[in-house]
Amino acid sequence: MQFGAKFRVRFMNLSELQKGQSGTISSFSDEEMSVKLMEMGCLPGESVRVDYIAAFGDPMAVTVAGYQLSMRKSEAATIILTPTD
Amino acid sequence: MKNLIRVALLGNPNTGKSTVFNSLTGLHQKVGNFPGVTVDKKTGHCTLSDTHVAEIIDLPGIYSLYPKAKDERIAFEVLADKKNKLHPDAAVVVADASNLKRNLLLFTQVADLKIPVILALNMIDVAEKAGLKIDIDKLSRKLGVPVIPLNARNKQGIAELKAAIARVSPVPTQKKTIDVASLEPAFLSEVQQRLSIEEPYEALHVANQYKNLLYLEEGSVPVIEELIRKHNFQPAKIQLAETAARYNYIEELLSDCVHQEVPPAAETFTSKIDKVLTHKVFGLLIFVLILFIIFQSIFSLAEYPMSLIEEGFASFSGWLISVMPPGVLTDLLVNGIVAGLGGVVIFVPQIAILFAFIAVLEDTGYMARVIFLMDRIMRKVGLNGRSVVPLISGIACAVPAIMATRTIENWKDRLITILVTPLMSCAARLPVYVLLISLVVPDERVAGIFNLQGLALLFMYLLGLFAAIGVAYLMKFIIGSKERSFLLMEMPIYRMPRWSNVAMTMYDRALAFVVQAGRVIIAVSIILWVMATYGPRERMQAVDAKYATAEMQQRYTPEELEHHLGSEKLENSYVGILGKSIEPVIKPLGFDWKIGIALITSFAAREVFVGTMATIYSVEADDSHMDSVREKMLQATNPHTGLPVFTIATAFSLMVFYAFAMQCMSTLAIVQRETKSWKWPLVQLAYMTGMAYVASLITYQLLR
Repeated sequence: MQFGAKFRVRFMNLSELQKGQSGTISSFSDEEMSVKLMEMGCLPGESVRVDYIAAFGDPMAVTVAGYQLSMRKSEAATIILTPTD
Repeated sequence: MKNLIRVALLGNPNTGKSTVFNSLTGLHQKVGNFPGVTVDKKTGHCTLSDTHVAEIIDLPGIYSLYPKAKDERIAFEVLADKKNKLHPDAAVVVADASNLKRNLLLFTQVADLKIPVILALNMIDVAEKAGLKIDIDKLSRKLGVPVIPLNARNKQGIAELKAAIARVSPVPTQKKTIDVASLEPAFLSEVQQRLSIEEPYEALHVANQYKNLLYLEEGSVPVIEELIRKHNFQPAKIQLAETAARYNYIEELLSDCVHQEVPPAAETFTSKIDKVLTHKVFGLLIFVLILFIIFQSIFSLAEYPMSLIEEGFASFSGWLISVMPPGVLTDLLVNGIVAGLGGVVIFVPQIAILFAFIAVLEDTGYMARVIFLMDRIMRKVGLNGRSVVPLISGIACAVPAIMATRTIENWKDRLITILVTPLMSCAARLPVYVLLISLVVPDERVAGIFNLQGLALLFMYLLGLFAAIGVAYLMKFIIGSKERSFLLMEMPIYRMPRWSNVAMTMYDRALAFVVQAGRVIIAVSIILWVMATYGPRERMQAVDAKYATAEMQQRYTPEELEHHLGSEKLENSYVGILGKSIEPVIKPLGFDWKIGIALITSFAAREVFVGTMATIYSVEADDSHMDSVREKMLQATNPHTGLPVFTIATAFSLMVFYAFAMQCMSTLAIVQRETKSWKWPLVQLAYMTGMAYVASLITYQLLR
C-alpha cells in the first residue's frame, strides 16, 4: 500500500456508482433491508454493475448474481461496497 | 376411484410457474380467493395416469417464505398448517435454471418444512444458451429429491414432471440443508415444545410471523410473545443468519453440480432493447406512445362488440316483451334484470381488451420497465411505480383497474391507488360529457385547429387526472403506515408473449368482473326499477286517472300519451319524490329535481344518466335519439324564472359533479372485495361525493 493511500480509502455505497461502474458488496447498513436484499441474491462478496439509471436519477437497475435487479437509490444506499483503490 | 394427490406449486416470480401450471392443468382450472387475502387462488386438476389424479394449487410467486407483502403469508400457511383445506401432499418448486442460486433459496426453505418436494428446473433452454451445464442427476442425489428439467413454453419435460408427481414419496426424502435448530437452539426447542410443532423451521417461522398467521390456536400468541421476551429473540438477526447459511449451502452445492461452460455474452438481446426502452428520454416517450395505442385500441376495437352487445340486449328485451304477457313481472324482467345485466356485459369487451394488453406487457417483461421508469415520478405524489397501470386502466373502467392494484406490495401505496383510481375519467363518464358539452359548448374552432368541444372534453379528462394526483398527495399524509415501501424488483429478460396465457387472462378477468360486479349491479338495478315504477298509491292513481280522461286522449297521439304518462309517473314515483326532496340540497349547484333523479339513478352507474334524462324528458332512450334528448334538454326551462335549465354554469357544474362523485356501485363492490372491509368504499364514497359537491358549487357560483 502506498503511503497516504489510507486517506483515499472510502466506503462507497452502491447508490454512488455511475452507469457502467461496478463494485463488490461488502456489507449492509440497514438490517431490515439487508434481509430482503440477500433474499434477492445480493450477498457480501457478490459483484454488482450499474446497468442504467432512470430519469431524475432514481431508481437504478443493476446486474447482480446473474440477473438484473432494480432498486431505489435509498435502497441501493444501504449496500456498502468493498473499498477499491 | 382414482388416487388424488394434492400438489402445491411454488416458485420465484418470472420463473414460468404459471406456464407450468397451465401446462399441467390445461383448461381444468378454477380461480378463486384464498380466505382473508387478495391473492388469486388458482387450482386445477391434472390426470397423471390411469390411477392417479393431481389437484394442483398455484401459490403466489415469492422469493422467500418470509412474506414481502402481508398476503404472501398464505404460501407458508398452506404448507405449514396441516389442518388447512389446501394443505398439500407434496410441493413442486419451480426454479429458473438460469439463476439457480437465488431460486434455490426458496427451495431449501420449503424442503426444511419437511414436506415431500420435487424440484422443477424451468427455462432450461435459457440456461443452456447462457452456457450453463447442470448435472441433474448429481443435483437430485445431493438434494435427495426428484429434479425435473423443463422447458414449459414448449411443454418439454411436462410428462416427466407428471410422472414424478405420480411417484412422489409420501414421506419427505430431502437431505438436510442447514442446521436450523442451531440458529437459536433454546428458543426454538421451547417454541416447538410449548406449541407442539414438529419441525424447528416451522417453529422459527411461527415465531417470526405469528402476528399475521391465522391458523395458530388460541392462546399461542401470548406464549410466543412470552418466549420471545424470555430468550430475547431477534427475528431480523436470525433471518439474516439463516439466509447467509442457506446461501453457503447453495454455493457449495452448485459448485459441484453447475458449470459455466461458455462465458456469458456481455451484450444480450435484452440489454440491447433496454438501451432504448429504459432511455431517460426515449423510454418515457415510447411508454406514452404505447399508452396511446392501447387507448385507441380499447375504444376502437371495443366499439363493434359493444354495439353488438347493446343490440343483442335490445332485441332480447324486445323479444321478451313480445312473448311475455304485459305486466309487472315482464317489466321487472326487462327493465330491471335484463337492463341491469346489459349494463354489466357492455363493459366486457373493454375489460377483456385492456387485460389482453396488460398481459402482453407483463409477459414480454416490459411492465417491469414501466414500473422502473415511473417509480420516481409516482412516488412524489404518494403512489409508486406499480400504481401506473391501475391509474391508466382507470380511463377505461375503474373495476379492472382496481383489480390490477394487486401487484402493489405496499399496503399504503395500494390503498391510495385504489382510493384515487375512480377519479380518472372512465368510459362511463364519456356519454355524460358528450351530451352536456354538445348542449352548451359551441361546435366551433379556435386558432383554426382546435375544436372547442374537443378541448372541453380534454379539459374534463385532465381534471380527473389532476384530481387523482392531488388527492393521492393529500392521502400520503393522512393515511399512516408502519410498513416500508420497497421497489426491489427483478427485471426479467424480454420474451415473446405466450398467447394462450394472454387469452386465459382475458377470460379470467372478464369472468371475475361479470360475476363480482354483476351481482351488485343487478341488485341495484332491481331496487331502482322498483323505486322508479312504484310510488305512493294515491299519487300514482291520480296520474293514471288524469291521463285516462277523454280530453287527454284527444290532445295526444297514443305514443305521446304514453310518454307523458311515463314521465309524470316517474315524477310521482319514490325516485321522483326522492329527487324532489334533495332539490334544496342540489339547488346551489344549479340542479333541479329532474337532474336530482338522474343523480340518484346514476349512483348505480354513471351511464344511466343519458337514459334517465331521456325518460324524464320523455323521449326514446336510445343512442340514435341522443339528438332529441339534446333538443328537449335545450328547450327545458325553469318554471319559476322562464330561463333555460341547461346554461353553461349548470352543464359544467353537472360535469364537474360527474367527474368527482363516486357514482358506481360496481367500483364500490370491487373496493370492498379488494380491501376486505366496508370502511374504504365508504371513505371513498364520502370523500369523492363531498369533493364533487364542493367543486360543483364553486363551478356553478363562478360561472353563473
